Amino acid sequence: MTDAQALIDRIAAADNLGDLETLRVAALGKSGSVTALLKSLGAMDPETRAAEAPKIHALREAVTDAIASRKNALEAAELERKLATETVDLSLPAPESVSGTVHPVSQVMDELAEIFADLGFSVAEGPEIETQWYNFTALNMPENHPARAMQDTFYLEPREPGTEPMVLRTHTSPVQIRAAEKQGAPLYVIAPGRVYRSDSDATHTPMFHQVEGLVIDRHITLGHLKWTLETFLKAFFERDDIVLRLRPSYFPFTEPSAEVDVGWSMEKGRRVVGGQEGWMEVLGSGMVHPRVISNMGLDPGEWQGFAFGCGIDRLAMLKYGMDDLRAFFDGDIRWLKHYGFRALDVPTLSGGVGA
Amino acid sequence: MKFSLSWLKEHLDTDSSAQAIADKLTAIGLEVEGLSNPAETLAAFRIARVLTAEKHPQADKLQVLTVDDGSGEPVQVVCGAPNAHAGLVGVFGPPGAYIPGTNFTLKVAAIRGVESRGMMCSSRELELGDDHSGIIELPADAPIGAAFTAYAGLDDPVFDVNVTPNRQDCMGVRGIARDLAAAGMGTLKPLAVPQIEGSFPCPVPIRIEDPDGCPAFFGRAIRGVKNGASPEWMQRRLKSAGQRPISALVDITNYVMLDHGRPAHAYDIAKLKGGLTARAAKPGEKVLALNEKEYTLEPFMTVIADDAQVHDIGGIMGGEDSGVSSATTDVMLEVAYFTPERIARTGQALGLTSDARSRFERGVDPAFLDEGLAILSGLILDICGGEASAALNVGEPPVERRTITFDFGRTLTLGGIDVPERRQRQILESLGFELTGNEVTVPSWRRDVESSADLVEEVARIIGYDAVPSTPLDRVPGVAHPTAAPAQRQERRVRRTAAARGLDEAITWSFISDEEAAAFGGGVWRLANPISEEMKVMRPSLLPGLIAAARRNLDRGAASVRLFEIGRRYLGDTEHPTLGLLLAGERRPREWQTGKAQTFDVFDAKGEVLALLEAAGAPVANLQVFPDAGPTWHPGRSAKLGLGPKAVLAAFGELHPTLAKRLDAPAGAVAVEIYFDAIPAARASGHARSQHTPPALQAITRDFAFLVPAGVTAGDLMRALRSADKASITAVRLFDRFGTPDGLSLAFEVTLQPVEKSFTDAEIGEVSARIVAAAGKLGARLRT
Repeated sequence: MTDAQALIDRIAAADNLGDLETLRVAALGKSGSVTALLKSLGAMDPETRAAEAPKIHALREAVTDAIASRKNALEAAELERKLATETVDLSLPAPESVSGTVHPVSQVMDELAEIFADLGFSVAEGPEIETQWYNFTALNMPENHPARAMQDTFYLEPREPGTEPMVLRTHTSPVQIRAAEKQGAPLYVIAPGRVYRSDSDATHTPMFHQVEGLVIDRHITLGHLKWTLETFLKAFFERDDIVLRLRPSYFPFTEPSAEVDVGWSMEKGRRVVGGQEGWMEVLGSGMVHPRVISNMGLDPGEWQGFAFGCGIDRLAMLKYGMDDLRAFFDGDIRWLKHYGFRALDVPTLSGGVGA
Repeated sequence: MKFSLSWLKEHLDTDSSAQAIADKLTAIGLEVEGLSNPAETLAAFRIARVLTAEKHPQADKLQVLTVDDGSGEPVQVVCGAPNAHAGLVGVFGPPGAYIPGTNFTLKVAAIRGVESRGMMCSSRELELGDDHSGIIELPADAPIGAAFTAYAGLDDPVFDVNVTPNRQDCMGVRGIARDLAAAGMGTLKPLAVPQIEGSFPCPVPIRIEDPDGCPAFFGRAIRGVKNGASPEWMQRRLKSAGQRPISALVDITNYVMLDHGRPAHAYDIAKLKGGLTARAAKPGEKVLALNEKEYTLEPFMTVIADDAQVHDIGGIMGGEDSGVSSATTDVMLEVAYFTPERIARTGQALGLTSDARSRFERGVDPAFLDEGLAILSGLILDICGGEASAALNVGEPPVERRTITFDFGRTLTLGGIDVPERRQRQILESLGFELTGNEVTVPSWRRDVESSADLVEEVARIIGYDAVPSTPLDRVPGVAHPTAAPAQRQERRVRRTAAARGLDEAITWSFISDEEAAAFGGGVWRLANPISEEMKVMRPSLLPGLIAAARRNLDRGAASVRLFEIGRRYLGDTEHPTLGLLLAGERRPREWQTGKAQTFDVFDAKGEVLALLEAAGAPVANLQVFPDAGPTWHPGRSAKLGLGPKAVLAAFGELHPTLAKRLDAPAGAVAVEIYFDAIPAARASGHARSQHTPPALQAITRDFAFLVPAGVTAGDLMRALRSADKASITAVRLFDRFGTPDGLSLAFEVTLQPVEKSFTDAEIGEVSARIVAAAGKLGARLRT
């Protein structure tokens, strides 16, 4: 069988698929050498066939195996060669995708809504162009109250001569009256929104955002106000070391009134809310003035409650570390991308209200 | 309101430290905004004598001094003060001393090549006065080397208290002392009111013709006074209060005002013609006030005038023409009561603020005119000498003793703080309230106290708000209910969808310029007192603000701007919640895979508006496109989206080129406005969805290309194709569009969905024929 061995050696030595195919045809094709041997079996006498058949079949098997094995090897080598040519530079950049942002003021408003929803407060709204009744008079700020002066309040030109000028609301407090008129008592609401004052420097802009909180019920005391503000600020800043200081103060629409300071401490050279190395003013509050309750259309003998008002932009600055209020309203995309929030940073109680 | 500790102690017997007093003031509602002690800030400064003064070799205006600061070693100092000379005794700051007036810490330095080891200081540099004409000159016998503050009596802490508008009684040091005494910080000293016996009748008659504006005018003359400088102690106190000493008479009236919250005025009798009358101003009447400005008056303003002219804007500011001077010998004093509302109105109308106004406007104590006049007269007689006339008390101050029936339980039920009734009574009495049973009579100086709630505040603030226990609100059992209204949820979804689509949320001003508003058809609401011309009109559209923001961004080098804002438009009827959106610059930057940069076009705007309307819950599938969104838009490249021509939900497209030019809008910018209040409210339908089982059979697609006549839009054709067989056609997609010599070619991929069994070739043929026929009705021909 030296011929057979020579054939198998040649198969093993085939260095491409074409040569291998030629060898296969020469051995196993219709007129191949091994096929010829197989055909010759028919002409043999039984004895000879019995002796030759196993050898010839063994040969055919050996040749088939050798071809398959060589084919695998050659194909693997071929793939290797091909893959070697298919390299791409994966340090090349992928197609750019754009990502947008939610403004910090909107984010904080969502955070507030989330926190106060847990305390049972709903969100109320009101117009920004207000009557003087809702913005001032109903809130116990009579005709000559200093805050009604031109230097603080934006007045609108009357649209019909002789009518009382409207104002741009100077606070969200008019929503107190409107919400109570609409919904009656008991009432638990917050009212976030734009407010306007004739003021402009690094920490004051003529337009800014406030949130008003209002509770009207039968047995509400200053103690409930204190707890509500503590609970709110702890949840908002996500810190348990928030310390509040209530100071007696004066607002025409509350009695007693309290200015609320929050303790701060220095962390990495920045003043942050929490601890009590010092105090900063964060909001004004108090028990709703009996006259204001009457102006809501409620009986001050039956209903009482508290109200507070707080700058949303300022809350955002304290929590997220911006230091220039004017940038809030400039629309600079560099600022928005840095201080803004991703679409899916939705504040939730389980995931946290801070992004 | 500023005052020093020693001044406070004039009224309050206390051993408490300045810091303890400051903390207590803040705790009871008199917020201390500053507590400073010059002795601490100026501790480093010593008294020193100039030994020699030589001209600086390099500079004409400088001298080189040697100074004896008591250390024994002469110190070399370069000095620019013209009054520096050998022998002068002044105030020396060594290296390391902080100069408050220039916010600078001294160090050893070479000044024009000559070493200087400290500084001789001026009053202004030490914030002791305005004088900066030269360095401080002290008497020659001042102790060299001693601490300057001790020598000058500056070791006296100064409080700066923010008095809230309701507390006029604390616009004087005595009122503050009274509050502190009530809060346990010492004892209020009795008030010494001198008895002034007039030795002659008052020569200047007083009349009141405007009792509404000035119900009471008390006064007296003092003759033979000498109006020199006020005494050192008074000057020191006035300076601690931030007042500049002027002359004895002026200083005394200021002092009484700051000490008792009781403004007064002194007229030079030599400059008056006849008596003084409190009357309404005549229309157009003018007065030159002490601030050297002329004011034109109106009849609702009360003035004090003589027979010839106005001498005083009543309760606000005196007149220049009758002011006292060093030559004054006879003065007429005015201690009057002006009606707060009238003062406020006058002050606002004139834009004039003064210490007197801020007190009268809040309402001074109407029961303190006699005492006020006596204290003022006594000080003048003591300091300026002279002889007092009898007092003239004209009119009746409106002293009203209000009585409140007080349920002491309110302190707990409103203030949340449990204070024994005995303690409550004690607090109220110490504040000057008079109690008979449950009847509480309010002191004449507490105009602000009118109801039980005010009394609760009085008790609570003196006890301290720290003592108010934190009390949880009642909580409804179970998980908190959702509280957001549908409109609020809609706004949140749209906002976050926009951010997810790559848009940045901006917040721009609600007011815009006339020019910007005019370009958008003008705004109906205009500010009467705008802060600037740029912020004058309430916006009728959100786009001007976004255009300006986009331009700023591009000017700063941004290549691509995608901005949106959710806010209100202010139209005649009401305020409309709106989304504005602006795309400017590059949609896609040049990239290695895609080649050249691409700019935005109207279809980007259309993509955004549809996605955001979808997020808003609008019935997007039913929306129609109405070409030409209006005069602010490009007529051929803009459209409204709506459920009908009147029910417009949004507009989008290119800005009108004229408008774009007028507002300097970025070239090629496209925009969107969505009108939230026009979107029909979605019907509430519970949580369960409608039943749906995805079809088991595979959908097939067939392509159709049509030649479309001019005037037929792609949208028209697509709608026609879809309705050719509503049962089987589930989608029609345009995949190719190009012009041919025979017209526009539009090619569609139509998806057919079999329901129960697969389509036969015959069925497919039938549907195809219906599709071709539907297109044919619009004049579109199947391309062959």
